[in-house]
Amino acid sequence: MIWVDTIVQGILLGGLYALFAAGLSLVFGIMRLVNLAHGDLIVLAAYLLLVIVTMLGLHPFVAALVATPIMFAVGYGLQRHVLNRVIGPDILPPLLVTFGLSVVIQNALQEGFSADSRRMPAGSLETASLPIGPVTVGVMPLLTLFTAIGVILALQWLFYRTSLGRAFRATSDDPVTASLMGIKPQRVFAQATGIAMIVVTIAALYLGTRSNFDPSIGPARLIYAFEAVIIGGLGSLWGTLAGGIIIGVAQTLGAAINPEWQILAGHLAFLLVLLVRPRGLFPRATD
Amino acid sequence: MRAHSYTVSTRTRTSTYAAIVAVCLVIAAAILPAFADRGLIQDLFFIFTMLVLAQFWNLLAGYGGLVSVGQQAFVGFGAYMLFGAVILAGWNPIAALLLSGVGAFVLAIPTAFFAFRLQGAYFAIGTWVVAEVVRLIVAQWRAVGGGTGTSLPRDARDAMWGVEWIETVFDVRASAARDILAYWLALALVVATIGGIYWLLRTKRGLALAAVRDNMEAAQSVGVDAARMKWAVFLIAAFGTGLAGGLIFLQNGRISPDGAFSVIDWTAFVIFIVVIGGIGTIEGPIIGVLVFFALQTLFADYGSWYLIVLGLTGIVIMLFAPRGLWGLISDKSGIQLFPIRRRLSGVERAGPSSSSMEE
Amino acid sequence: MALLQTNGLTAHYGDFQALFGVDITLEEGECIAIIGANGAGKSSLMRSLAGVLRQDPEMVVLDGQPIGSLHADDIVARGISMVPEGRRLFPSLSVEENLQIGAYRSNGSGSWDLDSVYAMFPMLKERRKTPGNALSGGQQQMVAIGRALMSNPRVLLCDELSLGLAPVIIRDIYAALPEIRKAGASVIVVEQDIGQALKVADRVYCMMEGRVTLQGKPGDLSREAIHKAYFGVGE
Repeated sequence: MIWVDTIVQGILLGGLYALFAAGLSLVFGIMRLVNLAHGDLIVLAAYLLLVIVTMLGLHPFVAALVATPIMFAVGYGLQRHVLNRVIGPDILPPLLVTFGLSVVIQNALQEGFSADSRRMPAGSLETASLPIGPVTVGVMPLLTLFTAIGVILALQWLFYRTSLGRAFRATSDDPVTASLMGIKPQRVFAQATGIAMIVVTIAALYLGTRSNFDPSIGPARLIYAFEAVIIGGLGSLWGTLAGGIIIGVAQTLGAAINPEWQILAGHLAFLLVLLVRPRGLFPRATD
Repeated sequence: MRAHSYTVSTRTRTSTYAAIVAVCLVIAAAILPAFADRGLIQDLFFIFTMLVLAQFWNLLAGYGGLVSVGQQAFVGFGAYMLFGAVILAGWNPIAALLLSGVGAFVLAIPTAFFAFRLQGAYFAIGTWVVAEVVRLIVAQWRAVGGGTGTSLPRDARDAMWGVEWIETVFDVRASAARDILAYWLALALVVATIGGIYWLLRTKRGLALAAVRDNMEAAQSVGVDAARMKWAVFLIAAFGTGLAGGLIFLQNGRISPDGAFSVIDWTAFVIFIVVIGGIGTIEGPIIGVLVFFALQTLFADYGSWYLIVLGLTGIVIMLFAPRGLWGLISDKSGIQLFPIRRRLSGVERAGPSSSSMEE
Repeated sequence: MALLQTNGLTAHYGDFQALFGVDITLEEGECIAIIGANGAGKSSLMRSLAGVLRQDPEMVVLDGQPIGSLHADDIVARGISMVPEGRRLFPSLSVEENLQIGAYRSNGSGSWDLDSVYAMFPMLKERRKTPGNALSGGQQQMVAIGRALMSNPRVLLCDELSLGLAPVIIRDIYAALPEIRKAGASVIVVEQDIGQALKVADRVYCMMEGRVTLQGKPGDLSREAIHKAYFGVGE
């Protein structure tokens, strides 16, 4: 029975990782940009939520509603004024600029909030649990998984059923011809990053209420997100969900054998998939 | 009709002067321990070793087009190979240095195998993942201190080849003698590194490397084996990085997984050195390490602010002066101290012997 | 006043000059053709009109308004739409989505929408869900034309419609032009196929090496004159 419980916990953990990864996948799908500061932006959003919760006394979920437009603006501005300048065929500039950004964000948060661990209280939800069949699951982790599924459904709807989504896909295919349609690629990219930051805020909400966070945990989140995206296959949001779940399950299984092996187990699962399916499990046909 | 004989040359007048100056500097550096105080020797050790790391990262990214944020894997692994050989097999630390390089070289093989399945930014993060995996595995190695680390055993330290000789000749204590020894090794390493990379880039292989970086398909269409080049560059860089890692922690005397595999120390700082100095040139990292050292000396006490300034500087340089400080200098003046650009000079010869070859 | 005209249009790609002071005019309701060999500058001219190649403001004037320095996306809003050379459909979009994206920044109301495009090109309706690049060359050309029409442009730029297509298909494509003109668009056609260009155009410009070498009504121009203007040598 303990293995069933472990796997279920892993699936739920995977929901969190899928949330980390969805924003990364979105931005890469549209503009082939990998933001090395992605994990740190999640942490930044978590601190923003913390500030809103402490200053306005709101429940974290409500605080997320306040934080979302702020983070959208941060993403939009970042893309518009900094990252749009480095998008292009050369891979070095976006890599180095976002790496620099990662260092700046981590250390700015350190200066502003100190290196102490923080956590956001979520009231009774934190400890609530639900019996499902042979196992008992926490309400928060379950909510995290459902939210991840919901976010992906929403993004799929956005991409395939709206005019903006068409513009995203067209710009991703061919920015010059897209401009012939009246699309401003620069603005599309900025909107995409803004939306990615909304997903980041949601991820931060669940990160901050679930466990402790401090300014230095960004890079590890980036790595989990990246592993989920690669396992799932570039260009597939559902693949990203699958990837997150695989990482989550690998980690919980590893932890069940030996707590020190949790993170290593996740990495090894990633390397294994990379070995047998370099393009991921559900790669996009064209790239 | 005329016949032409073409020659390809790289030397310029400036570079010849620069070469002479460089030789003088190296000689001066070699005899420096006779006059300098210990602090200077230690500072120069830091500069030399960071420069070695920077030159190899630059070879990978600037010339090879392979952006790795996982080189700390080789620094750490090389260092742990040294400590392992000394502690477990009783090797002399100086001999164990070779193992640092070889060990990192061996590690680079499976690393490249996995990482080359990825492209661009994903390749970069992939190298980071491998570094994390190595760190986590090494942290389980109890014999060298596990998660908390360990120190180099005292008797091994005292027995390092050359230490006694330095103590007598320079009339210094054992610890100062060890610093001088490490300094000389670092000097040798940095000269070999820069000399080796410069030599490589001047050969046909170097030209092929630049071609692969600029346009892999075009390079392959003229017969360059792109995959082989990438492997070669990656393995060479790993060897050099591992060697430097072994040397750094040999001098340090103490090792821990977090220190040996630190992303900040062995990747972030190295990247900033190369970016600020000028990526894709040999001169760039030299300037970069000097600027970095100056910043480090002035601001390291300010902790996070120092890193914020460093990060912002890197971003600004990448946005507005992507070829770094040396790029700015070189563009304005056209100077190349390590000239790699090949110039074609043709000599026209007119005369009866050539025209009789026509028809 | 002409609907669209260029004044001394010049274009550079780095050190290379592609256009040397080109003057053309397009009257409301007209169809003009630009013919010339490869490298004559036809594409540079079209790209300047479409905003892909930005110029000095006064070099391109639409309805009296200088538009030379506007970006492509703003030019669409002003009512100039281009069918690009090589079709350039979006592979991630279906036929119907390619058409829909043409209306992204519509010029306001007009007679062109999905229904009227499907009415003109019925075989597209059968393939509305197919990905953009899974069609034959001729069908792709139809989609590209329909896509450009969806913004209800006043000026339609057609860059090398016949490129890579079989003669039968080319005829079918050009058969749609009268209907497009009747619905209110003025058309500029760039062609290497001289015969087709002369058949559909009210006036013709011939270009060579970045300059206009000949202009006039198709009926007024002799074969020799066209050959000379096109190739630069006598027959």
